[in-house]
Amino acid sequence: MTALAVRDLDKSFGGLRVTSRVSLAVEPGERRLIIGPNGAGKTTLFNLITGELAPDRGAITLFDRDITRVPSRRRPHLGIARTYQIITLFPRDTLLRNVTLSLLGLSSLRWNPLARLDGQRALIARAREVLERVALEHLADRPLGQTSYGERRRVEIAMALAQNPRVLLLDEPFAGLSIEERRDVLRLVTGIPRDVTIVMIEHDMDVALDFAERITVLHFGEVVIEGTRAEVVAHPRTREIYLGE
Amino acid sequence: MKRIALGAALVGLVTLPTWVGGTYYVNIASQILFYAIFALGVNVLAGYAGLVSLGHAGLFGIAAYAGAKILGGGHGHLMVALVALATTLIFSAVFAVLALRGTGLGFVMITVALGQIVWGVAYRWISITNGDNGVTITGRPAPFGLSLASPRSFYWATLLVFLLAVASMAVFVASPFGASVRGTRDQPRRMNALGYNVWMIRFLAFLLSGFWSGVAGLLFLYYNQFVSPQAVALTASAEALLMVISGGTATLLGPITGAFLVVIMKNVASAYIERWNFVLGAIFVLIVVFMPEGLVPGTVRLARWTSTAWRPRAVQPTA
Repeated sequence: MTALAVRDLDKSFGGLRVTSRVSLAVEPGERRLIIGPNGAGKTTLFNLITGELAPDRGAITLFDRDITRVPSRRRPHLGIARTYQIITLFPRDTLLRNVTLSLLGLSSLRWNPLARLDGQRALIARAREVLERVALEHLADRPLGQTSYGERRRVEIAMALAQNPRVLLLDEPFAGLSIEERRDVLRLVTGIPRDVTIVMIEHDMDVALDFAERITVLHFGEVVIEGTRAEVVAHPRTREIYLGE
Repeated sequence: MKRIALGAALVGLVTLPTWVGGTYYVNIASQILFYAIFALGVNVLAGYAGLVSLGHAGLFGIAAYAGAKILGGGHGHLMVALVALATTLIFSAVFAVLALRGTGLGFVMITVALGQIVWGVAYRWISITNGDNGVTITGRPAPFGLSLASPRSFYWATLLVFLLAVASMAVFVASPFGASVRGTRDQPRRMNALGYNVWMIRFLAFLLSGFWSGVAGLLFLYYNQFVSPQAVALTASAEALLMVISGGTATLLGPITGAFLVVIMKNVASAYIERWNFVLGAIFVLIVVFMPEGLVPGTVRLARWTSTAWRPRAVQPTA
């Protein structure tokens, strides 16, 4: 059984083919890194997997269930969670409310117009636990707009972790972070238990290489190389494509 | 502190007919209240859902026209209220399905078009709506044998409905569903990725908004005993939106304050100044310039600012 499999996925925007016959299979519990130069179609691949974009051709399966036609809003309920490369959070709300909204997304309580959200003790306690996991519990009641960029990156991850996903898609979780912040986020990501399968897009090879077990290299929307960390790093094409040498 | 202010406001509102001085002002107060209900309804969409509608006078008017037709058909007032509100909800659903094909400007333009269709029907489909002459009704309901014919009793009945509207808004805003609605305003893409059905949340918010607009429209009908195309004109939709924006979107008190401002200007100021529309326009410009967030949040900000400015400063450490 594979956790996440993508078969012969195609996606074009007009004449531009951003995803071209992409296939990949991620085993349960695996840590997969996707690398490639800018415009290689990495984020597009994530958007196809989460259903924000519909593929022109191909199939996506989650634990052997075909989810190609499942609307994107249903996919979190099946166990896919993602973070965004460009921070996509609720700036007016507190960190606690941000994470609470994430928990609420999977709860039927989200339709309830009569209950008091502030009175949902269990839900809020769980949100605090998640903030504790990303070491932001002390900022729980601060509006997101008043936190640093590095803290917001961790809230991004907290939003995804709160949903207890089976497959976690991380889109450049280290982007724009200082060396210390990167170390913090790496520790956080490495600490995620093995029952969560992780696929990560990352440019920062220094940090990401330690994390990855298998690496997929995308170039012009195609899978060029795929293999274990050692295989891909040693491959001459990797240097050629990714480092532009 | 907040409770004392709330209690004082409640006492003030209930006893209003005894101190306001004259039925003229009692009637104005009734108008403020039902326009405030209308503005609260518009605020659900414009404020909390971030969807600006310029067609809500259409829904307001549909309730009024439906009520007038049912009453004209010889039915009782309970039937009038039920059918009028059910009709408004059905049309709200139709409006929502059409308007929610767009967001932002697209949404605004579709609501303008829908509102204009209602206006066109009211103005031109004379066999149903009596065209420019409007529809006149006679008599107000007498629930539990209490006649609402007098200005005072009508005021109290309107106040009761108004308090229900405010309470329902307060509950909605604090509820998980209220948080869902605001989430779709601030970050629809993330909401979708978190498992929310953004379209359905917006649709339900539209229904809630339409419902209170309909309630206001029905009160308008009973108050005036008359409804004409003027009630469903584009300017009426714009006026409701201005109430919300001038008072403060996505706040509970904002739309009420805005309704107060507009109704007072329309009725009281117009007695002294012929060009009262000009004054109203000038006030809106001043609000936009000095309190772009609206009167209520703006006043809160000013109060905070003055209280910190007047506080004695801490002793500065000498360098």
